[in-house]
Amino acid sequence: MKVLYFAWVRDFVGTGQETVEPPAEVATVGDLMGWLAQRSPGHARAFADPAVVRCAVDQDFAGAEAPIAGVSEVAFFPPVTGG
Amino acid sequence: MIRVQAEAFDVGAEIAAFTRGTGRVGAVATFTGLVRDYLGDRPEGAPPVRAMTLEHYPGMTERQLERIEAEARSRWDLADVLVIHRVGRMEPGEPIVLVCTASAHRAAALDSCAFLIDWLKTQAPFWKREETPDGDRWVEARASDDDAAKRWNQCS
Repeated sequence: MKVLYFAWVRDFVGTGQETVEPPAEVATVGDLMGWLAQRSPGHARAFADPAVVRCAVDQDFAGAEAPIAGVSEVAFFPPVTGG
Repeated sequence: MIRVQAEAFDVGAEIAAFTRGTGRVGAVATFTGLVRDYLGDRPEGAPPVRAMTLEHYPGMTERQLERIEAEARSRWDLADVLVIHRVGRMEPGEPIVLVCTASAHRAAALDSCAFLIDWLKTQAPFWKREETPDGDRWVEARASDDDAAKRWNQCS
């Protein structure tokens, strides 16, 4: 599964993209955030407060309860500030 | 039509091209967003923003903007829609976003234009990073933008 990071989430994690293979018990976006947080101190900082991190699954906005089985791309980023 | 681009654009030329009439269009509404030198009212002594860099999520950005355009077209009878959003680095005073809507009458053009910019601000994956003399910082999302989008009863 491809994981993308944007804005300050990327700054903390230290990379904009990585490929991961979470175990089967990591079933939702929320699970994935908790699992990714253990990968490095930077990941831990990025996901320190999961409530402020937004997510897209295969380029659609998704909540923490969204399932991730079979998806190819998950992205994490702060609330958007365009316009 | 949706355009996401790094290049600067000429607001007047874009609106002139968009406005070139078909006879059916009686109203064109436009919104232009400019880069400001400070978010909100700049307090005495606070450093101005020297430049802003717009990051986005390529692929999802275009997809979301196309959805927003489709939603506007489903709610109002529009002859044409144009949304241009810049990405990359730009300086205060430069246009960052342009929304144009064309319709037979003014209400649809004005309302859909406001809808498009309100929705874009909360539904399109762009992030602003400001450069100031005190260092760079990511701009935080504002609750007032969420409130503005909610008045259109968004359901996504």
